[in-house]
Amino acid sequence: MQLTLWTYEGPPHIGAMRIATAMKGLHYVLHAPQGDTYADLLFTMIERRAARPPVTYTTFQARDLGSDTADLFKQSARDAYDRFKPQALLVGASCTAELIQDDPGGLARALDLPIPVVAVELPAYQKKENWGAAETLYRLVRSFARAPEAVPARATCNILGPTALGFRHRDDLREIIALLAQMGIAVNVVAPMGASPTDLVRLPDAAFNVVLYPEIAQSSAQFLEKQFGQPYTKTIPIGVGATCEFIREVAELAGINPTPFLEDANAHSPWYARSVDSNYLTGKRVFVFGDATHAIAAARVAQEELGFTVVGLGTYSREFAREIRAAAKLYGIEALISDDYLDVEEQIAALQPELVLGTQMERHISKRLGVPCAMISAPMHVQDFPARYAPQMGFEGANVIFDSWVHPLMMGLEEHLLQMFREDSEFSEAPSHLPAAAPAAIVSSVAVLPRPLEAAVAEVVTQHAVIDVPGWTAEAERELGKIPFFVRGKARRNTEKYAREKGLAMISLETLYDAKAQVGR
Amino acid sequence: MDGLPGHSPVLTASESGCDSPPVLRERGQREVFCGLTGIVWLHRKIQDAFFLVVGSRTCAHLIQSAAGVMIFAEPRFATAIIEEKDLAGLADANEELDRVVARLIARRPDIKLLFLVGSCPSEVIKLDLSRAAQRLSREMAPAVRVLSYSGSGIETTFTQGEDACLAALVPEMPHSDSASPELLVVGALADVVEDQFRRVFTDLGIEKVSFFPPRRAGELPAVGPNTKMLLAQPFLADTARLLEARGAEYLSAPFPLGAEGTTMWLRAAADAFDISSSRFAQATDAPRARAASALSRFHDQLTGKRIFMFPDSQLEIPLARFLARELGMQLTEIGTPYLHRTHLAAELALMPEGVALSEGQDVDRQLDRCRAYRPDLTVCGLGLANPLEAEGMATKWSIELLFSPIQGYDQAGDLAELFARPLVRRTKLRV
Repeated sequence: MQLTLWTYEGPPHIGAMRIATAMKGLHYVLHAPQGDTYADLLFTMIERRAARPPVTYTTFQARDLGSDTADLFKQSARDAYDRFKPQALLVGASCTAELIQDDPGGLARALDLPIPVVAVELPAYQKKENWGAAETLYRLVRSFARAPEAVPARATCNILGPTALGFRHRDDLREIIALLAQMGIAVNVVAPMGASPTDLVRLPDAAFNVVLYPEIAQSSAQFLEKQFGQPYTKTIPIGVGATCEFIREVAELAGINPTPFLEDANAHSPWYARSVDSNYLTGKRVFVFGDATHAIAAARVAQEELGFTVVGLGTYSREFAREIRAAAKLYGIEALISDDYLDVEEQIAALQPELVLGTQMERHISKRLGVPCAMISAPMHVQDFPARYAPQMGFEGANVIFDSWVHPLMMGLEEHLLQMFREDSEFSEAPSHLPAAAPAAIVSSVAVLPRPLEAAVAEVVTQHAVIDVPGWTAEAERELGKIPFFVRGKARRNTEKYAREKGLAMISLETLYDAKAQVGR
Repeated sequence: MDGLPGHSPVLTASESGCDSPPVLRERGQREVFCGLTGIVWLHRKIQDAFFLVVGSRTCAHLIQSAAGVMIFAEPRFATAIIEEKDLAGLADANEELDRVVARLIARRPDIKLLFLVGSCPSEVIKLDLSRAAQRLSREMAPAVRVLSYSGSGIETTFTQGEDACLAALVPEMPHSDSASPELLVVGALADVVEDQFRRVFTDLGIEKVSFFPPRRAGELPAVGPNTKMLLAQPFLADTARLLEARGAEYLSAPFPLGAEGTTMWLRAAADAFDISSSRFAQATDAPRARAASALSRFHDQLTGKRIFMFPDSQLEIPLARFLARELGMQLTEIGTPYLHRTHLAAELALMPEGVALSEGQDVDRQLDRCRAYRPDLTVCGLGLANPLEAEGMATKWSIELLFSPIQGYDQAGDLAELFARPLVRRTKLRV
């Protein structure tokens, strides 16, 4: 058993729902108890979808267990067919129904419905949401894709990966379709978003596949490559550099010249990064956490396109542990692979980054720690579905990223002014748009961190009890006050750590500057 | 079993008398939460209790989706997620559970009462949480008391989770030998509402009043033959039954929603304690007038408007009674997941004629009926609200009626406002 308060990913049948909800003409009959229908609200409330997900739940109850849940499933599948008249039926079980072993696939086929039935087995006690989405898409592709009648034109592709409840999938798709159109490449099928089962039949009519989200589409792309000889793209076009690489990769596959497409008049982020005001971004310490695709891409953009220093990189996608470890090596750090947010919180607290790029959970952690944060990945929050066009991919995606990562930081000019006027009394307290909890207050006393459950509160408390916090002379305390508020907390903590290491009970002016020299930035 | 989903619904005339409307009973897909959701408000009510769900990743995901940001405060709930290896043997599952609980208690020494909460998977694999609770209670006594109940979807619908939780607490309540009558108010209420009621009971001259559940696990009220039990919530069938078995006397009353409901609810208590009508008037006239004045602001917006309610919390019938009688709304269909004929007898007697009551659910058929009615306002769960809004229908999230303080005189206006807001918003928007 795993003790948890919060999970980055839902169970695997939620992944199947993300595929079914993204598609058209497909209906999912899910053998599940009453209560599992909560999943509808993810789509109708968080994503604000205007229609219910195309899912029928059997909602069996205890009294059904004694009689025949299999009949209940058959009745539900038949009713769903009669009411919704889908092109195909997807059938499966949630965690509880998996234990009953009713075999939804066999039961649905026995109904002899005049449409194809695709059964997905998603082991709920081993696997999670993204795996469930990938497996479902793979099963559908495998069931429907048929060999083409003619050799596909070279400049045609499919786009694989965008789902319902995905991080900016809607806008990424629009951006990439526009980019491909500019290059003269025809899009044959987009899947799963907007595709019907009959569209999946036509998948092999394209020359190659563009994979936007490997967590969702890699297994399907591998199958299509093996079965129909369709190569697929490996570059994720997030950031200007990766977008250019993506253009080259696609051009190579399509047999066209990439050069005219590598310059985009609307790609503002490279100039913004080079403009003088962005100097203050240099070396800002960032911590990156999310699904593997977005985390790896974000680390690269942070380091190469904003001049930040990546001090931490991690993912909850265990399936992509190898990829994230390889990426972390580029920055000389150890990757964090965990689906326990308390591990993530602990590492953020220890690394004291100046910016966190993460999920809604890291947003909350950052709020607590008083660190600015921007969102890069699912799990989704209602705020991650902005009304405006806000892709992550392509040149416009790079613009969006520049804005959304830089705005949470103190603006450059403001920071210079604060440095200049830091001794004025007006600037003694945080005059900023940062979260109300000033970092100084938090890092100076670890004990105030509200660390819910596993956060070793006990350990921290003991640590404080055993090792006294060194005192400060009045002179040193005054000097500390001259340090800008946004680094004061770190200076205090570093100095105290230094004093403890040196076994000093009191921190003098000299200790403060000794520590500064020793610890540095 | 009275029929599979999709089979013809049964329309039965009530057996309790000709004044009760007929009830449409349906079985099919139920679009409701399971009983685990009750943890979201119960953990805030009993402030030193911790709720450990023994379930699957789905259970954890449900609670975090339903609880929203509450989880980031100081959560006193968690899930022990059953994994593949726990399914292999129940002995191992019990060992695993002991390990998880030990770790939890070590890190949260403030926990005085721990609920092991059963889920669909734990019920299906027959993991005996009541035995586990006894075992753990023995090991951790006296620092921590461990109890269990089931919040599983196969056994409980949404608010029935609170019923199961309170029912698990009843055997823990001390015995009362009181020679004089004592009032026990049963059902979780917001603290502010509880305090208001306490003041009214004091004004009425009812001195011995306790609320169940209590705010702290160690403050369980006593129960005995002189206990008069007043239900504050309509979904407490098992809890009430167990309290009656311990001698408590059930006071039949409508629920304290709206000025009229609150008055009749308080009067049921006053009558049981032989409070004179003049004293009753003295204690309730002022707040009742305040409630009436607060409600009067909403007549223009709500009178004559047609309302449809999907089943959700079992609060539907009392709410519909309030909206019809105090605000002049017209009831179309009022759905409830379960209709407790005894506890709702006083409510059903007040229901206006012509209302269609339904019990259970077949959500697709119910949506068809809802669309055919074309009501001015539809009360429904989070899964249905935006799709109905997109079809042009105004909706009110039913879950807000559970999470907001709505009972009593001083909340009557707030309660009306919850229903008026979606309608007012529609008149404001020009997009």
